Amino acid sequence: MRAEVALPILVPLLFGALSLIAWRSNLMQRVLGIIGSVTLLICSIWLLMSVLDQGHVVMYMGGWMAPYGITLVADLLSAIMVVLTGMMAVAIAIYSLSSASPSHEKFGYYPLMHLLLAGVAGSFLTGDIFNLYVWFEVMLIASFALLILGGERAQMEGAIKYVTLNLLSSAIFLSAIGLLYGLVGTLNMADIAVKLSQTEHTGLVDVIAVMFMIAFGIKAAAFPLFFWLPASYHTGPVAVSALFAGLLTKVGVYALFRVFTLIFNQSPEFTHQLLLWGAAFTMLTGVLGAAAQFEFRRILSFHIVSQIGYMLLGLALFTPLALVGGVFYIMHHIIVKTNLFLISGIVHRLLGTYDLKQLGGVYKDRPYLSILFLIPALSLAGLPPLSGFFAKFIIIRAGIEAEAWVVTAIALIVGLLTLYSMIKIWAEVFWKPLPENHSTVDSNPSTKPSSLAFLYIPVVLLGACTLFIGLNGQPIYEIAEASAKQLLNPALYIEAVLGETP
Amino acid sequence: MEPIMAIVTGCLYASAIYMMLRRSIVKLVIGLMLLSNAANLLIFTSAGMTRGAPPLIPLGAMQPDGVIADPLPQALILTAIVIAFGVLSFAVVLIHRAYNIIHTDNLDEMKDTDT
Amino acid sequence: MMKPGTLILHVAARFLVPLQLVFSIFLLLRGHNEPGGGFIAGLVASGAFALYLFTFGAAVTRDLMRVDPRNLIGIGLLIAMISALPAWFHGQAFLTSQWWPILLPGGTEIKLSTPLFFDIGVYVTVLGSVMTMLVALTETEER
Repeated sequence: MRAEVALPILVPLLFGALSLIAWRSNLMQRVLGIIGSVTLLICSIWLLMSVLDQGHVVMYMGGWMAPYGITLVADLLSAIMVVLTGMMAVAIAIYSLSSASPSHEKFGYYPLMHLLLAGVAGSFLTGDIFNLYVWFEVMLIASFALLILGGERAQMEGAIKYVTLNLLSSAIFLSAIGLLYGLVGTLNMADIAVKLSQTEHTGLVDVIAVMFMIAFGIKAAAFPLFFWLPASYHTGPVAVSALFAGLLTKVGVYALFRVFTLIFNQSPEFTHQLLLWGAAFTMLTGVLGAAAQFEFRRILSFHIVSQIGYMLLGLALFTPLALVGGVFYIMHHIIVKTNLFLISGIVHRLLGTYDLKQLGGVYKDRPYLSILFLIPALSLAGLPPLSGFFAKFIIIRAGIEAEAWVVTAIALIVGLLTLYSMIKIWAEVFWKPLPENHSTVDSNPSTKPSSLAFLYIPVVLLGACTLFIGLNGQPIYEIAEASAKQLLNPALYIEAVLGETP
Repeated sequence: MEPIMAIVTGCLYASAIYMMLRRSIVKLVIGLMLLSNAANLLIFTSAGMTRGAPPLIPLGAMQPDGVIADPLPQALILTAIVIAFGVLSFAVVLIHRAYNIIHTDNLDEMKDTDT
Repeated sequence: MMKPGTLILHVAARFLVPLQLVFSIFLLLRGHNEPGGGFIAGLVASGAFALYLFTFGAAVTRDLMRVDPRNLIGIGLLIAMISALPAWFHGQAFLTSQWWPILLPGGTEIKLSTPLFFDIGVYVTVLGSVMTMLVALTETEER
């Protein structure tokens, strides 16, 4: 049996349960955190290998055949996402060795982290639309609890917005599932795709499609319902914000990719057009919001929103090249964004604040950290030869080929404004001298070198990944291309799940 | 039966949205509760309402006798209720702690993280 | 501070809690072939402890439960997880039911199975998570 498709879900759940039992011992939890995330990474690479080797990997949980039981399906996109999840898990687990405070660990930091990873992996791998909802909720509950670790005022305010908007999105998602089930009478995504292509295309299908779009759009922080993200992501502990920034919104993006290539592909002139404008406004509002900010993590949060726009643009153009770009962008973005948040955490550890106006002089004191920042920052802005350049290049080229001039122009302008934001951070945090009235916290015992090393290791590793994608993009591009091919040919997915082509 | 259920569902959605737009966090949570109930009722109604026996196969038989209700929407609703229960109990704990820290339940006074 | 329970509540709780716990076990095992099961049984059991909690307070309930509710979540999850694995060794998909009929001396047959263990896991997890929440809330009130 193909166990590799279920292991990325089972492994974090198992380690979550173990570290919940070991909650009295912080050391045990840390060890379990490292072992668990490394195991997850190994399992996910195994999954990617076998998907590359043999195409879709399918497992019918409990031996109940599709469309009756819950099916786990891994195509290339899911496998890529799971591998990225594993990479982020390892990075955050190492980072947490130094960044997590003992009180957070007592409160269940590691079990919640494992639960979150299980939810994320489950969302990527499930082939059942209701099961997707369940994994979304697993992920959300874990993320709610992680976000308020520490219990400061800003966290509470941020969490209330986060919880409300996400519950609203879940309710819309659930309503859409109900209507869809009433229409086609099945929950298996492949089966829904078959049934939906056979039923008459009525207005109700479009209504359901838009409901899914709104539900996933909220989760992905797309225009117009993205306000919860910049209001909440900068409030949590930094390792948590980094994990959220890298993975959580991308689950929404993944769900959009899955649903709008597999199920709702009948009327792209309506749905994908809507997505296109959503993507354009997402890019623009995100980057303009960032331009007005002077707090390290808030700038980065707004940039998540604007980058989500690029990924959606890849989906909305719906040409083979654009989908390649979208997938490539997701891969590049998860690594880069997590890395930037981790760096903001290091700066905070060194100088005790996230406020750009009170920061400064990091380049003078720690030139290596500055270079580590420049790699993801310039990659985010899309400068060659880093990973972001190729991601943006593919998408913009796809936009020009599809003759979507306005949106392509917006994408280019947003790239420029991203560069502006990154330069702003560079100038304020790294270049300008430290403001005189600033009291350094260098005497803080927690900044001793051994504890800082754990903060640097993941940053260096992720920076290396960015460089690798940039300098050796060909294999990554080929994987993205193969997965875009699979996305554009849903018959493969349906055949893998249901057995034969109907 | 369906028209009545449709009206009930609509009223639930409407009152949920109304409650969520109020300024108090307690009312916000009540709105969220109503919203999840509305979604559950929607699944129940749109999946088709049949008057039938519970979908259990008697001992020894290979198939149920007579008309049975579709078990799947019920399973979905049950799952959704459980999830809503978990999430909302979290939300209640959250507003309780938030109230202890912020000392207000007025959403208008929670704008520190907005700008 | 929680009001101390009244006499009626005290007496009733002493009688009802064991009854409810036994009933929850009944529901758990009945879930095998008939309505019932781990989730609802776990809720009934946590109902029992909740009644005890409201009557006697958090500290006494913790003593009664002996195990920390948070540990219960972990143990329950672990049991449920382990029940998913045996199918793997038989080369089947995860969670596929495995049955081990055991013939008792009296001639009756007991069917042990992975769904039973899964249900027990669910039972313990539900009990643990509801109690974690209730105890935490009560303790913040009592403070």
